Amino acid sequence: MIEIDNVSFRHGVAPVLQDVTLLLPKGGLTALVGPNGAGKSTLFSLMARLLKLQSGEIRFDGMDVATTTSMELARKIAILRQDTHVTARLTVRDLIGFGRFPHHRGRPGPDDEEMIEKGLELFELSGLSERYIDELSGGQRQRALVAMAYVQDTDYLLLDEPLNNLDMHFARTLMKQLRYLADRYGKTIVVVLHDINYAAAYADRIVALKDGRLSAQGTPEEIMTADCLGALFDMEIVIETVRGRRIALHHAG
Amino acid sequence: MTRTRDRSKRLQGVPAGLFWLAGPVLAGLVVASLLTGVADLDLDGRFSGEAVELLLVSRLPRTLAALLSGASLAVAGTIMQMLARNRFVEPTTAGTAECAALGLLLVTLLLPSSSLFIKMIVASASALAGTALFVTLIRRLPPTQPLMIPLTGIVFGSVVGSVVMFIAYETDLLQYAGVWMTGEFSGVVKGRYELLWGSGAALVIAYVFADRFTIAGMGKDVSVSLGLNYRQVLWIGLLIVSQITAFTVITVGMLPFVGLVVPNIVRRTMGDNTRQVLPLVALTGGALVLASDVIGRLIRYPYEIPAATIFGVAGTAIFLWLLFSRQAQRG
Ligand SMILES: Nc1ncnc2c1ncn2[C@@H]1O[C@H](COP(=O)(O)OP(=O)(O)O)[C@@H](O)[C@H]1O
Ligand SMILES: [Mg+2]
Repeated sequence: MIEIDNVSFRHGVAPVLQDVTLLLPKGGLTALVGPNGAGKSTLFSLMARLLKLQSGEIRFDGMDVATTTSMELARKIAILRQDTHVTARLTVRDLIGFGRFPHHRGRPGPDDEEMIEKGLELFELSGLSERYIDELSGGQRQRALVAMAYVQDTDYLLLDEPLNNLDMHFARTLMKQLRYLADRYGKTIVVVLHDINYAAAYADRIVALKDGRLSAQGTPEEIMTADCLGALFDMEIVIETVRGRRIALHHAG
Repeated sequence: MTRTRDRSKRLQGVPAGLFWLAGPVLAGLVVASLLTGVADLDLDGRFSGEAVELLLVSRLPRTLAALLSGASLAVAGTIMQMLARNRFVEPTTAGTAECAALGLLLVTLLLPSSSLFIKMIVASASALAGTALFVTLIRRLPPTQPLMIPLTGIVFGSVVGSVVMFIAYETDLLQYAGVWMTGEFSGVVKGRYELLWGSGAALVIAYVFADRFTIAGMGKDVSVSLGLNYRQVLWIGLLIVSQITAFTVITVGMLPFVGLVVPNIVRRTMGDNTRQVLPLVALTGGALVLASDVIGRLIRYPYEIPAATIFGVAGTAIFLWLLFSRQAQRG
């Protein structure tokens, strides 16, 4: 379970998050949505102890991120940040392999090798495994970074806009893989998504953030209404039902 | 299931076999270094006692000093480039060497009778302080301008270097300052280079921390996510770098650009995974510095040209070639 308790945060004087309180049950896929600048990435950074909490508390299964050791947290939470930019010239396999570091701390064993193979396969990177990441396309690199977070093999996985740079095929594949990880292994996954239709199609619940405050949360059915989305993004959004699915027509209006 | 990890597939330009020639080449260089010098090593007959003495007291220490300083400076450059996330930093483009010299100058002036050990401590402490200052300075630079970092370092190093020269000039120690900043091995004899084994020890420690340096090279956020104590790794890296630099400056004098050229040559074909490249970086660094020393002994025989000068010329040429050939490939 993720408990976010009264978290507020300022960058300088500008308030970025205000009294965010949120409970996410263990297991399942949660989509975090909201306009640019709503504070989603900041919330993620706080959850993954990349930023220091200024007020409030965050706990994963009762583990307080402010007091638990970083190494322990590294076996509990994996995060892919929105703007991860790896400049080191590493092969895809080596990059993914570093996701195992919290487990082997420098001495990889057969388990680690196995997990890396699984990661390569799951994210369709086997053919690219010996390529250097600076010789990949943006989308391929993004998949390698997701795979790196995956092999960290944590109960909680936080992915900030993982669909960036991915084409339709890989965007759908990634969402399906995340769904599979949640269903098959009981992982708790939180994903920042921009396309609300992806959120509706794959998530168990949607959490909406606006201007640093929690503005709505619920099942996709509850959130996918013209009123709710319209208020969240300050624009008119038409919801249609196509083949039993609610689709937001947000791109033309 | 078999999995081949054929890295030669990825090579660009430089054939992989070239690296594996490094062993025989190194052996050849060592022999050349042992045989080259003004005093004749008479090998016609048996080894005379004199020849053995010459080998053990002068030629062997000189050879080892070149190998150790080359290997360790190359590794210091690798670590710095990882930690600064910039391919152009090394002990002389970050002020490290100049700060070591400043420390050494001050301790020579203020505590002239202090032991070598004290001098070493002061020099490495001041190298560490200088490098830490440099790291703090470059935090404020935009990451989109990679050349700003070494430029800042060079300016910083020049300022410190000028202070060193000024104080040295005022106190008649100019000769020393020159020796510290221009590495050469003609003065190396048994008993006068052993501090460099400290650099050898630093190499071993660097290898132990290799994975952590690679992770730190992926940035602070990735490091923290993977449970690494980022600050600690940064300090360990800086400590290793300043030790190696101080040891080199004190014993043989600084060898500029070894830490810049060697890691960049190696990474082109082998990448940045520190654990994998470190042995090769050390080997290449040792071999190139030894080669520079041997060439420096031969070129104006019986006079000697400092290894730092030879390396500076050859290394810079190699580096520029690498830089431009890569751009040609990309463009
Ligand atoms: N390092 C920073 N310094 C100052 N302001 C920042 C910084 N990072 C983010 N902000 C501000 O905080 C707000 C929230 O940003 P962010 O969490 O990245 O939003 P989101 O991910 O929802 O788009 C924005 O207004 C942004 O400008
Ligand atoms: Mg964001």
